[in-house]
Amino acid sequence: MMRHALKFISSLRLTVALLSLSLVLVFAGTIAQVEYGLWDTQVRFFRSLFVYWKPAGGEFAIPVLPGGYLLGWALLVNLLAAHYVRFKFAWSKLGIFLTHFGLIFLLLGQFFTEQMQVESSMRLEEGQSKNYSEAGRSTELVFIDHSNSEFDEVVAIPQSQLASGRELAPPKLPFQVKIEEFHLNSRLRQRAPMMSTNPPAATQGIGVQAELIPAARATAMDAINVPSAIISFKGDGAPTGTWLVSLNLDQPQTITVGGKSWDTALRFTRHYTPYSIGLLDFRHDKYMGTEKAKNFSSQVRLTNPTTGEDRETLIKMNQPLRYAGTTYFQASFEPGRDDITILQVVRNPAWLTPYISVIVIGLGLIVQFSMHLFKFVNRRKSS
Amino acid sequence: MKKHLSWILIVALFGLYAASTLRPRKDKGEFHVQSFGGLPVVLNGRVQPLDSVAINALLMIRGNTGLPLEGNGANGSWGELLELQKQGAVPMRERAWYQFSKHPKKFKPIEWLLEAATDPALADQRFIFSIDHPDLKSELRIDGKGLDRSGLTYFNYSQLRGQREKIVADARVAGDKKAEERSTYEKAAFRLANSMVIYERIKNSFQPEHSHNFAQELAEYTKVTTTGRQAMTNQQAGKEYDKAAFDQLMEKARSYSFIGEMAYPLIIPPQDAKHDRENWKNLGASLIDTARSDVLHPAAKSYAAMMTAYGQGKAADFNGAVAEYRRWLADNHFEAELSKGARELFFNNYAPFKTSIAIYIVAFLLAAFSLFLPRPALFRGAAGLILLGLVVHTSGLIFRMVLEGRPPVTNLYSSAVFIGWGTVVLGLVIEKFWKNGLGSLVASFVGVITLIIAHNLSLDGDTMEMLQAVLDTNIWLATHVVVITLGYSAMFLAGLLGAVYLLLGVFTPKLNERVSGSGSELVTVGKAITKIVYGIICFATIFSFVGTVLGGIWADQSWGRFWGWDPKENGALLIVLWCAVILHARWGGLVREKGLMVLAVFGNVITAFSWFGVNMLGVGLHSYGFMEAAFKWLMAFNASQLLIMLLAAVPQQYWRSGNGPGGAPPTADRTQSKTLKAPKPRPA
Repeated sequence: MMRHALKFISSLRLTVALLSLSLVLVFAGTIAQVEYGLWDTQVRFFRSLFVYWKPAGGEFAIPVLPGGYLLGWALLVNLLAAHYVRFKFAWSKLGIFLTHFGLIFLLLGQFFTEQMQVESSMRLEEGQSKNYSEAGRSTELVFIDHSNSEFDEVVAIPQSQLASGRELAPPKLPFQVKIEEFHLNSRLRQRAPMMSTNPPAATQGIGVQAELIPAARATAMDAINVPSAIISFKGDGAPTGTWLVSLNLDQPQTITVGGKSWDTALRFTRHYTPYSIGLLDFRHDKYMGTEKAKNFSSQVRLTNPTTGEDRETLIKMNQPLRYAGTTYFQASFEPGRDDITILQVVRNPAWLTPYISVIVIGLGLIVQFSMHLFKFVNRRKSS
Repeated sequence: MKKHLSWILIVALFGLYAASTLRPRKDKGEFHVQSFGGLPVVLNGRVQPLDSVAINALLMIRGNTGLPLEGNGANGSWGELLELQKQGAVPMRERAWYQFSKHPKKFKPIEWLLEAATDPALADQRFIFSIDHPDLKSELRIDGKGLDRSGLTYFNYSQLRGQREKIVADARVAGDKKAEERSTYEKAAFRLANSMVIYERIKNSFQPEHSHNFAQELAEYTKVTTTGRQAMTNQQAGKEYDKAAFDQLMEKARSYSFIGEMAYPLIIPPQDAKHDRENWKNLGASLIDTARSDVLHPAAKSYAAMMTAYGQGKAADFNGAVAEYRRWLADNHFEAELSKGARELFFNNYAPFKTSIAIYIVAFLLAAFSLFLPRPALFRGAAGLILLGLVVHTSGLIFRMVLEGRPPVTNLYSSAVFIGWGTVVLGLVIEKFWKNGLGSLVASFVGVITLIIAHNLSLDGDTMEMLQAVLDTNIWLATHVVVITLGYSAMFLAGLLGAVYLLLGVFTPKLNERVSGSGSELVTVGKAITKIVYGIICFATIFSFVGTVLGGIWADQSWGRFWGWDPKENGALLIVLWCAVILHARWGGLVREKGLMVLAVFGNVITAFSWFGVNMLGVGLHSYGFMEAAFKWLMAFNASQLLIMLLAAVPQQYWRSGNGPGGAPPTADRTQSKTLKAPKPRPA
């Protein structure tokens, strides 16, 4: 029984079946992007154990395809089992060994990247300097205490904990927060009291003048969700009524609890660093006589008080800045503004794995196929 | 020697033909239009000769560059198209292929450009606008009034002018939609409006459209700028002013700012090449500068002289003005631009890929013929021609690389040229092994098809366009793009050989013939194809895999992520996965000969999807290569491949290659097969 099972999971038949399923998955996951957008497709097809399909009007989602994680792990197990059961090392198989080893390394590297990579972005105006970057998709509900003159104390509640009806009691806050309503995507509208029959979004703060309109979740590649929430507070001296917080509100609102002020806002999740980056000069060169971009580049100053570093460097397309395990890429700009740069900020401890695996696998394939070729040519010559 | 004579003759003949395309073009006519066509201007962000401006404009407007002036009238008459149209002998037809005795006069693109600039009323009568959508034709009420060329119809500007507003309105509706959401009618209207605008812009790039003696006009203009400006200052200050001078300047300013907005190429170089080489201007903008500075740019003066002389038919004056302007450019440190213009003009005249298509077609015919009449002269002739075609093809690739200062593949057009090149090289290598015409057959076939695809892609405009900022890196273009494109080449070659195997197997006894295989024994053609397909798939695996990972590394360098499941990345991954499926299925004994061939043919579908299909989805970071018209063709190609794959389902007894392939026990059976022809081994 055990031997049969091992034989099955190490078999080439299984390899071919899994590879074919991967092919179908990748194809389906490409076509699906037209409808669902890149981000949703990635989550549904590639970062999942199964791809589900829900018939129109149906209750249950049916798994129709194995997802990327399942196939990736299955291939890995199949490969390791094959080496355990079938392969005995021989110099003539060096190429295959190298290739398979490189593949394992690449797959594991990508898995760790998926788990550990943190992407964010940094928008800088010329002359501005920041010691944090902002996540492009996830948000956080923050309460900021400005009372210390040295630094601000920030209490952040990640978006994942925000859900309608939930009550939160972060240990550093002297009050509890109740999420009355939470909408992943929404629009805000200025409320015209004479015209509108809709209720105001909240009873306190800026929300009194606004209407909150829930929206469908955004799927297009460059579209982002605008989360909003209605919150209220509990505890000694907590303010009464409901408050509106939203990604679309520029300014934080101040609440006073027991004589102490807190600024609150729903904003993109921030990642703080012990160093800061300031923009000196942003350049957006165009080809002569056209509006077509030739190059984007940002001259930045990196200052790190902990190491005493203070230097200038140029970030441009295809030439990122790598510093302290974080990489800064020239990502974008704001149309019509020649003094604003947008940097993509990536922390990925596994970033080197593809570089190593491409060398190992490339070498393996070349060794293996060259052996075939030499055999072929030699036999021809001897004839 | 004698037995080689026939094929050497054929190859030599085509060699001479290819060499003749290299000769420098001299101006034979009165007007030195070649010299004019080599003048450097700026368009699409790059310095190019006027000749390229004319060629690319005609390609976009008409879809081809040969503009005939003569043809057939409706009543079977032959003559000048302008005359025939006057007589009402519409619809007219261009020369049909069997009318060998007719040699219609044709315009070179640069002559067409000169006519549009200097005699717009006449140019408006030329049949340049390609309109083929039936609804659009009937909407514009021009059905049956055009010039026909094997099913394509062309119309002239004067037929369309009255309905310009309607066309532009339709195009605006189309323009508000995404390209993939437009109906075919909207696409046609959009394209026509675009063509009309390009034509109108060309008419106003070298002088205002209604100018009769532009040289004189400019001479008067320089006299009036000072007094006119003075009058303007006085008028604004409420003082008495010279009304005549004021009106003259205002009228000119209006006219020149109009052509400043219309103009297509930037023809006026910067004032001082040493200080600034980039700030080229169009004629109108330069003349508006003159109103402020009183200085007429020497280039504006020269172009005015050229246009006036050409319009008045004064060849000596035209030639003199061209020569003088060239001297001015050389004296003012524009040697680099002059030389760029000259080189690109030479390349335009050389037109290597056109020559290669012609040579590959003849080679393909010889190779196909040799399948049924296996004569060494045919094999060698085909291989010799392909080698010749390849030399021309390669020279074209290298020439383009030098002109652009780039690796060979920078856009979809050049990828088609390069895929063809790679496949032809691989096919020739196979031919060298087998010497039976099959390598030549596939090499020439892919050569022709890819170059034709490239030609059709070139209709979108400038094929040497400047690159998007993210692509502006020669290292990655030279590694990732070249490697992955060679992977495509190999996939297509393997797929085509698979198709050849299935077709030959079902319809001919060819697979049982023998070729010199590996080792001392002779193997059947079927076995040989199987071996080589396997080898090519190994090759494709290396290139596709390494190319894909290099692409990921490039993405990591520029966007900060190695892999993003972007459609183009997925397309490349599909090829890698498919190669892995094929190799493992083969190693595991899940497929044998026939199965391997079917899998290889399906590789064509996957590679075509990766190359073209993903661009049609219009999503993702890579979708800058978006294109629309090719979708139908892609589907037709896929259908043809699936049909070929179905051949494998034909039961073995109906295969004309008998029980040879498909995993039947080896040679013992085969030697008894009736269809087996076993030629004597050739002495090694």
